[in-house]
Amino acid sequence: MERVVARSREPPGDDPVLTAVLARPDDIDGWRTVARRLAAGGVAGDTIVWQVGDTATDLLGGDVLPPGDAPMFTVPKEFLAVASRVICNRDAERFALLYTALTTLRTRPKLLDDPADPLVRRLYDLDKGVRRDVHKMRAFVRFRDVPDPEGERFAAWFEPEHHIVRLNAGFFARRFANMRWSILTPDECVHWDGELSFTPGATRADAPDGDALEETWRTYFASIFNPARLKVKAMTAEMPKKYWRNLPEASLVPGLIAGAAERTRMMIDAGDKAGMSNAAVQAGAGAWVRTGDGGPADALAELRDDAAQCKRCPLYGPATQTVFGEGPADAQLVFVGEQPGDNEDLAGRPFIGPAGQLFDRALAAAGIDRTRAYVTNAVKHFKFEQRGKRRIHSKPDTSEIDACRWWVDHERAAIRPAVTVALGATAARSLTGKAVTISRERGRPLTLADGSEAWITVHPSFLLRIEDKAAAALEFDRFVADLVAVRERLAALAGAG
Amino acid sequence: MSHLDTRAKLAILADAAKYDASCASSGTVKRTSIGGKGIGSTEGSGICHSYAPDGRCISLLKILLTNSCIFDCHYCINRKSSNVRRARFTVDEVVRLTLSFYKRNYIEGLFLSSGIIGTPDYTMEQLVRVAKELRTVHDFRGYIHLKTIPDADPALIEQAGLYADRLSINVELPTETGLNKLAPEKSAGRIRTAMRELKAGIDDNRDARAKYRSAPRFAPAGQSTQMIVGADAATDSDVVASASALYSKFGLRRVYYSAFSPIPDASAVLPLVRPPLMREHRLYQADWLVRFYGFAPSEVQDATDGGGMLPLDIDPKTAWALKHRDDFPVDINRAPREMLLRIPGMGVKTVNSVLRARRQRRLRLDDLGRLTRSIERLRPFVVAADWRPLALAESAVLRRTLVKPERSQLELF
Repeated sequence: MERVVARSREPPGDDPVLTAVLARPDDIDGWRTVARRLAAGGVAGDTIVWQVGDTATDLLGGDVLPPGDAPMFTVPKEFLAVASRVICNRDAERFALLYTALTTLRTRPKLLDDPADPLVRRLYDLDKGVRRDVHKMRAFVRFRDVPDPEGERFAAWFEPEHHIVRLNAGFFARRFANMRWSILTPDECVHWDGELSFTPGATRADAPDGDALEETWRTYFASIFNPARLKVKAMTAEMPKKYWRNLPEASLVPGLIAGAAERTRMMIDAGDKAGMSNAAVQAGAGAWVRTGDGGPADALAELRDDAAQCKRCPLYGPATQTVFGEGPADAQLVFVGEQPGDNEDLAGRPFIGPAGQLFDRALAAAGIDRTRAYVTNAVKHFKFEQRGKRRIHSKPDTSEIDACRWWVDHERAAIRPAVTVALGATAARSLTGKAVTISRERGRPLTLADGSEAWITVHPSFLLRIEDKAAAALEFDRFVADLVAVRERLAALAGAG
Repeated sequence: MSHLDTRAKLAILADAAKYDASCASSGTVKRTSIGGKGIGSTEGSGICHSYAPDGRCISLLKILLTNSCIFDCHYCINRKSSNVRRARFTVDEVVRLTLSFYKRNYIEGLFLSSGIIGTPDYTMEQLVRVAKELRTVHDFRGYIHLKTIPDADPALIEQAGLYADRLSINVELPTETGLNKLAPEKSAGRIRTAMRELKAGIDDNRDARAKYRSAPRFAPAGQSTQMIVGADAATDSDVVASASALYSKFGLRRVYYSAFSPIPDASAVLPLVRPPLMREHRLYQADWLVRFYGFAPSEVQDATDGGGMLPLDIDPKTAWALKHRDDFPVDINRAPREMLLRIPGMGVKTVNSVLRARRQRRLRLDDLGRLTRSIERLRPFVVAADWRPLALAESAVLRRTLVKPERSQLELF
């Protein structure tokens, strides 16, 4: 497979540059064969260009392979073991570094016994990177079932850092010997059906996009987490964020962190014991166990599934996911916000970032139980401008609000709340279909086109933007007062009904 | 109890199991599913398939069979008088959940524990049935850890050992006084007896296998235990003493420490404070010093303050070094392995690399820098070919320079 040929170009020195071609980026056998001949022929490392793949077309000149009967020589076993992993590293210098080590070994056979030597250190670091990647792949591959008339079959999508698919295939074969499975990656795919086979790289779209059991796994992840001990750095050190997008449980993390302090407080609170246990159970399981009563809950669930595919406006492109509303299907109270922010976009849940936390405080101050209200947004995708690494919130325009209004209307139609509260001008526009001045309309009920009742107040993020502390406190109180008025109105409506 | 589906039960029974710190899936025999009928393998080191925001790894499906319990231990969320929701898995549900999680590569295996229902024997029998079904009906070759019930019939424990990789009995609290106060129905004596029997079983099996290679394996990953730290008055010194007794008497593979965690619907006897997580971390470091760094338990205790507590701002090895400044600096080119292991900031791997490299040539400071993560921490304590600290190890300010500045708040994202 490998060829060694000379280029016509002349290097600055006297020797011609040799191009060594390897079949694959992790082609240890090819590298070994070529490197052995070159080293035996005394070819200096800096005159070799290592290339992967068939690049014969842009090569000129003929073979300059050193004679095939070049003397064989031996290297320590450890070098071959290390080299077989280092070659999988994505570092472009790996072939050259290994070649330098190989030629050095001929004069210094004990090279590897000096881990403090810069070259050895470098190789060991490359080795370590590969071994870590191998370990993480074993940990973070998530199989999803693939419908197949012949019986159970699984496939996973994984994005390894290095070229480790072949190196790692044996592990999965030994573990899942009696299962049919495939692991798809951008570089190369591996399949097992009693024997291993490899195919070229694939895309995420080629892999299944879900598995019915993932909700159960997410329930487990959320329930095994102990909110009384938050060690976020310990988690991200071992489960770096780059792996998160392929882990079904990872989207729960921001929400779990945001809710941890509150849940711990509830545990410690010595007050209402029965209430506390209920709260603990809710916190552990409530958020994603559907009530499943066949009525509004099913309608909402269906809406949510459809909204996940929404392309009614261009915002779906850059956003991570649709952030649909959340809360019980029989809620008497619906809150409509503006649009998801950075946190919400990543977690897929509304009102969990800084504004959401302020919202929670205001609700608590007003005596409203958020878990009994349905909370959603006028626009379901995060609109932002990228500035460096940060994503800066950008206000949705009327065409986007109107496009997304379809979802808000259906959510409200399914739930049929007694009162809907618009948080901010965007929400007010979505509900009423026209521009609304909040200061003029807040604090009193309005009747919407469908005959239902709406209240308008500010968006919590408005409070976050007020810099003067006293003014902010004042506005917070006004916000709470609006919420109290809503709570009282709900009680009155319930009494009347 | 209303009818709960498997997922609702899982929410309750995983929530109830999370106070058990152990999640190890390592140290058992090597197995693969090649040539078998089922799935599963164990290849030495364990794999953590996920991490929760509490920093703990998720390696095994860690659940209780039921969180109903006839005992009333104050520290336990599942005690009889607690007001938590109760649930119970069937054997079949646990088996199916384990297999379907394993097939999707979520877990390394199962860690099954249970509240005591009916009698200890009945409860143990249920746990064993799960393991037996996984192994014999489904030929499952992944990892199984069973919690054993101290009062159960030894014949049941013996069966458990045939199917499980690891068995464990929790000593619960570092001292007998603590146990009597917080777990009045549990007896330190009975727990010790059960651990001794387990050790005998494991030892007998080793002998049997030395004679007959076909003898069935008994708990090849040994036994472990857990103690809760911070629920009673025991000091770190007490904890270290208790752990070292457990290691030496019962041949334990691991002693887990669990910083006492405020639990919902807590008993009035307990302190309701957030757990000192750093204390738990320091105790694990102390545990490592004894198991891998050649420290005697008394030397670790020597690193504690007047009240028997390990310092929270520096690790126990550094604390020990600061109390024994005469032993430093250590010459990395000449000192024996035992002494290299005592250098603060120098791990076992670095020590091994130093020993290997110095056979080739005399090591300089930048050589050491390539072998360790932070040369700055080591400098005051080492002598190299081109480096000798300026009496830094004696300097009064040394302690301050070794303390990492406290982060005021965790970052949210």
